[in-house]
Parts: sequence; C-alpha cells; structure tokens
Amino acid sequence: MNVVLWGVYPYLVLVVFFGGLIWRYRYDQFGWTTRSSQLYESKLLRIASPLFHFGILVVVVGHFIGLVIPESWTDAIGVSEHMYHVMALSLGAVAGIATLAGVALLIYRRRKTGPVFMATTKNDKLMYVVLVAAIVAGLATTVVSVFDPNVTNYRETVSPWFRSLWVLQPDVDAMAAASTSFHVHVVVGLALFAIWPFTRLVHAFTAPLHYLFRPYIVYRSRDDVPGTRAARPGWDPVGTRDRDR
Amino acid sequence: MKVMAQVAMVMNLDKCIGCHTCSVTCKQAWTNRAGVEYVWFNNVETRPGQGYPRRYEDQDKWRGGWERNRRGRISLKTGGRARRLLSIFASPVQPELSDYYEPWTYDYENLTRAPLGDDFPVARPKSLITGEDMAITWSANWDDNLGGGPSAAMLDPIVEKVRRESEDKIRFDLERTFMFYLPRICEHCLNPSCMASCPSGAIYKREEDGIVLVDQDRCRGWRQCITGCPYKKIYFNHKSGKAEKCTFCYPRVEVGIPTVCAETCVGRLRYIGVFLYDADRVTEAASVENDQDLYEAQLDLMLDPHDPDVIAAARNEGIPQDWIDGAQRSPVYALAKKYKVALPLHPEYRTMPMVWYVPPLSPIVDLLAEQGHDAEDAGTLFGAIEALRIPVEYLAELFTAGDTEVVTDVLRKLAAMRSYMRGINLGKDPDDSIPASVGMTEESMYEMYRLMAIAKYDERYVIPTAHTEQAHDLEEMGCSLDFDEGPGMYESGPVGEASGRPVPMAVETFHALKQRQESDTIAAPDPQRSGQVNLLNWDGLGAPDGLFPGKGDEG
Ligand code: SF4
Ligand code: SF4
Repeated sequence: MNVVLWGVYPYLVLVVFFGGLIWRYRYDQFGWTTRSSQLYESKLLRIASPLFHFGILVVVVGHFIGLVIPESWTDAIGVSEHMYHVMALSLGAVAGIATLAGVALLIYRRRKTGPVFMATTKNDKLMYVVLVAAIVAGLATTVVSVFDPNVTNYRETVSPWFRSLWVLQPDVDAMAAASTSFHVHVVVGLALFAIWPFTRLVHAFTAPLHYLFRPYIVYRSRDDVPGTRAARPGWDPVGTRDRDR
Repeated sequence: MKVMAQVAMVMNLDKCIGCHTCSVTCKQAWTNRAGVEYVWFNNVETRPGQGYPRRYEDQDKWRGGWERNRRGRISLKTGGRARRLLSIFASPVQPELSDYYEPWTYDYENLTRAPLGDDFPVARPKSLITGEDMAITWSANWDDNLGGGPSAAMLDPIVEKVRRESEDKIRFDLERTFMFYLPRICEHCLNPSCMASCPSGAIYKREEDGIVLVDQDRCRGWRQCITGCPYKKIYFNHKSGKAEKCTFCYPRVEVGIPTVCAETCVGRLRYIGVFLYDADRVTEAASVENDQDLYEAQLDLMLDPHDPDVIAAARNEGIPQDWIDGAQRSPVYALAKKYKVALPLHPEYRTMPMVWYVPPLSPIVDLLAEQGHDAEDAGTLFGAIEALRIPVEYLAELFTAGDTEVVTDVLRKLAAMRSYMRGINLGKDPDDSIPASVGMTEESMYEMYRLMAIAKYDERYVIPTAHTEQAHDLEEMGCSLDFDEGPGMYESGPVGEASGRPVPMAVETFHALKQRQESDTIAAPDPQRSGQVNLLNWDGLGAPDGLFPGKGDEG
C-alpha cells in the first residue's frame, strides 16, 4: 500500500500533469483562459479573488521552502528548528486562512450570483471540491501539528520523500513514517495536480510575466503565421494543403 | 522615418440619420453568437447622451487610455506594468454587464402556444444571460433620439464638463439646443492602449494595414484590455472567456471591398482609404504636452503620399505600388489632411485613433432654420457658428480636446461649401469670396463638394487589396474570430465529413465576390448552404435568397 501511494501514485500524477499540460498547450490554445466571470459580478470578486490569489502565492512559496530546502541548510545558517516552525506556522496560517477565506467567498459568490452559477461547469465543480479539500487538509496539518505533540516533523519525513521523487528513488519509508494528516494532504494535493491541466487552473501556467519586458505596441505581419497557431517544430507547411495536417 | 500603411475610416456626421443599419449588419456578421449577445462592434449613439457602455467617456472612473506623466512620457492611466500585473486578479475598473445592458429576447413561442383564453398572450422578455423573465431597463441605445429626456442626457460626461466650464450660466435646454448621431467602431489606433495593457501580448497591429486584432489563441482572458481601451471597444466574450473586438472586416478589406458597416450605411457617409504614416514618431506625437496639440501632432504623422521622399521611403519599407497609389487617391487623407475637415474622436486619450469624423453642421443649420433665418446664407451661418457656443464647445470636447478654434474652422468650411454650392445651383455666378474666406480655392472647394456631397462609391472607398506575395496564399494569420462558434466557422472537425483545413475567409470571400460579379443573379447563394447568407460577402445590392425567410414558408 505504501509503495502504491508514495512510490507509484506520485509518478502517475507527474505523467498526467506534464503530459496533460503539453497536450493542452498544443491542442487547446483557444480553451486556455481564466474564464473570468467578472462581467457578471465584480464587487465580491474584487475582494475575494485577490485574497485567494495572493494567499495561494504565499502558500506556494512556503511549500517550496518547506519541501525543497533541506533542514540541514537552514540549520547551517543558524535558523533553529523552533524559530523555523514558528515562522512557518504563523505565516503559513495567515496565508492559508486568507486563501481559504478567499476561496470560500468565491464559492459563495459562484453559488449565489445567478449568471456566475450558470456559467459553472461540472469540471469547475470537481476542481473546486479538490482545491478546497487540498486547502482544508493543508490547514488541518498545521492545526494538528500545533496541538498534537506526537506529530512528526515534515521536514524529516515529507520533504526528504519529495526530494527523493525527483531523483527517481522514492524514499517510501520516510513518507510512510509521516503522520496521517500529512498523508491525507499529500494524496489530495497530488490529485489536484492530476486534474490541473484539464481544468481552468491551467491559466496559472501562462501567468504573463513577460508583460514586464515586452514592448507596448505589438506589430505582427499578416504572413508570419499561417493558420491560427504558431508553426511548431515538425509541423511546417510543405506546400500542398493535404500534406499540411 | 519608418513609413507604414494604415487603413482608416472617416465618417461624415452631417449625413448620419441614426438608422442603426450599420450596427445591425455588423451584429449579424460578427456578434450574432452566444457569449457576445451584449456586444456591438459598431454602435450608434445619440449625442448628447451617455453612450455605450454608459458614460464610457468618464475616464476618471474607467481609467482608459494614456496619460502624460511628469517626466513627459506617456503611461497607461491604470499605472505601470508592475502595478497592472498586481491588479490582475480582479481587473480594477472593468465595466459590468449592467454598464452595457443585459441582453434579452422575447418568449415568442408563448404567442402561438398559449391556450385559448380571454387574455391576449404576450411575449415576455427573457434575459439571454439567465434565461429568466426580466424587466428591460437599458440597452445599447436606450437614450436614442434623446429618449429619457434631459435627465438621461445630463449624465453625458461631456455635457457635465461643458456645463462646468461655461462661465455664462446658459440654461442647457437640450431638446432645443442640438442633437446628432455618433456611430462608433474600434478606432484601430496607432498607439492602442488596449494592446499596451494586454498582459499576454495577444493583441496586435497588422504591419500591412494597421488593423488591430485579438489573437484568440493567445488571449488568456485577463481582460486588462477592456479597461485599457478608452473607447470601450474591446468586449469580453463571457462564453469563450476571450476578448473580442471590431476586425475592420479584414476578410472584406483584404479583397478590396469596404467593411459591412460602411457598405450598408444608408447615409453613405463612411469613407475608407489608406494613410501613410511615420511609425517612428507615434510615441513622440502621443506624448506632446498640451492635450489640445494632440490633433495637430496626429495630423503631422500622416505623410504626404505625393512627396517623393515619402514615396521612396515607402518603397523602401516594401509597401507595394498599388498601396502608394491608393494612398494618393485616399479619401480619408483628403478629408483629414488636405481639407482638414475630419477630426479624430477624443485625441486627448492619446491613442491616436484612426476613425475620423467630420463634425456635423446640421444642428446649427436646423436651429437657424427654426428661428426663421436663411440657414444657407454664408454670412448668417458664419455668424451662427460663432454665436452658438454650446454646440461648438460640445463638439470641441469630442474632437479636439476642447479647442473650439479648430472645430469652428471646420464648421466654417462646411458652411462655406454649402453656401458656395447653393449659389451655383441657383444659377448665380460662383462667389469666390466664400472659399477665400475659409482659405480655400474655388477648385478645392468644388473637389471637396464632390467628395462629400456627391460621394461616388469608388471615391468613398479606395481600398487596395492584400498582396499574395505578402501572405502565404492568402492564408490568414491568427484569424481573430475563426473559432468554434465564431462567424468564420464553417469547417468541421479534422475527421468529420469535410476533413482538412478550413478555407481561409479571404479566399472564400474572394470566390464569392468573383461569382457574384460573373453571375446573372444578385449574390447567388452557395447552394450547399442555401438558406444562409454570408453577410461578409454581401455588397448591399438586392436581397439574396435566404436573407429573409421565404414568403411561402410560413406554416
Ligand atoms: S479603439 Fe480599438 S485599437 Fe484603440 S484602444 Fe480601443 S480597442 Fe484598441
Ligand atoms: S447606417 Fe449610416 S446613417 Fe445609419 S446609423 Fe449607421 S452610420 Fe448612421
């Protein structure tokens, strides 16, 4: 069971996640959008959406630090175990609660504003369930670790396992040793990544950072792109229509 | 100097009768789809009036366009790039549906299905957004012909401004004062702020003809452009989650026929032609200090297509000869730069708009006639233009950032043309003092009259075609609306009945046009799609089969 959950499942998710992203990027540029509902309602959205998004950005940074940076490194620069956890817990709790409040408000708005609810697909609903479950499970691990002295230190269980995944030698035992709350959070979190490419969440991967650097005015020649999509390697037109595809 | 070509439009507001034909044909051609029910790429506003979306000109609220900062550079009114990225999660001042209007249809079925009874069945209005019954309270032209009266028109941001600034507290009796129509499409600006605010870089200006399009594949629905455009001429398709805008009917323009709105215009008041302009100086021109200098700066960008240096530079840039010829015969160049009677709409937004307007003289003429004057006498008209401050100030707020002198000059030219030509038509000797009084010669006045009053089809539209050597066999790039449920959508899937690539719209249009020119009947419809008329191919002549449901079909 442990091997399936912590040795096989993560790799399945990885394949689905990256495969899905690549597939979608190539075949569904037109569907790749935030599908904003601001046109229907913007008062609640103006509060809820930034709350959620900025919250989740902090959470992402927190996860990165917690999972990727080994404990020995922070020890080496003199950050004590205690200091680290107080920091992580307080900041994490604030960001987590902001995220949860944001998403709660967004879901409330989605349910209560007629047009927004009507524009909600099954896909969206599934995504919301998994997303909220992941956030709640994440916050729960934080709460549990504050009140339950027996909880394992994730930096000695989850993080080593996470890093071991990337060198293709999953440290199943380390993960198995972690407390149940972490198990739940990781399983749900991975599920979120598995559905990611197929939901509206994809918009996160085209976060327009290049906006900071591009010129304001964009000129494009009528002939630099035949068809609606940019020419891809291996897809150059040969000259006869029937060979194009 | 970097010479570029721009396809542009001039509208002669004196001739607009406010019939909305242009809006309807445009809607039929481009926005007759789910997701854009509320969208009018072309709309006609009654001025004074709030416009569509409501009070879009109030940039203190909507924050569209550019603004000049203390360092003398222009930046978007909503702030710099970093600030805009930080506000991406909830686009700060995007109009809501209620600022446009909630689109609706009627429950017509009830009229035939209602059981026999004492009451007449009614077709209730149903919201196209929720499908529920709704009360209609606003539309894209709710205040048409000053409907709603002064209380609605008083909300016009320009009226507010003119009232605030007029020292002598004239009672602004709107119905008495004046009224005219303002048809609007996307301005296909030289310095578009929609493009500058797009985080994904999906909006682009075509190098060949300057048409501004949204690449539907690259748009990610961040909707910053909707805030960015001061004219609110980019719309959000709430079904596809992408931004859409007027395309200047590029599939038609590429084969040399005018846009649908221009072709179907009842007043025949639209002119389409080519400008050559200096792309290197656009930013500089858009950054001049004084708002009232923007009109001159914009005019300066338009290059004289007869100037040998300009021609040489244009050739250098690879602009084809027929485009240079087109620019020389261009009606828009003549009206905007030669006669200087066409003005840009709201130059103070600093986007360098490329749809120009000849301001209307008729409200003044009507007023004079009402008061029992000879409204076409040069002296009376000139005097009236000076005296009727409110209309002139209002027009100046629209077209010259408040510079009444420019507007007065234009109106005087129009007035001079009227009285000069009336003299000729009444068989009197031409009075050369009239053109002279507005700094024109008799010949140029007559030419202007030909272009504006006779307005022959081939003088109104001088549209050089797209070049095959420029485009891969006329295949289109990022055709902006050629997607599922888009108007360019005729193809079926790759493994469906008609596999293969969709025929590019320009090719389809070209063949249809050729067929029409060679066939005996008018706009013979494609037999395979009988019952459908592609309005993009319709030139406004006659009524092709399938345009209206057949008389015998009712059942
Ligand atoms: S008028 Fe057209 S080109 Fe100009 S900013 Fe608006 S959408 Fe862009
Ligand atoms: S069709 Fe022509 S006359 Fe009629 S509203 Fe449009 S611009 Fe005016």
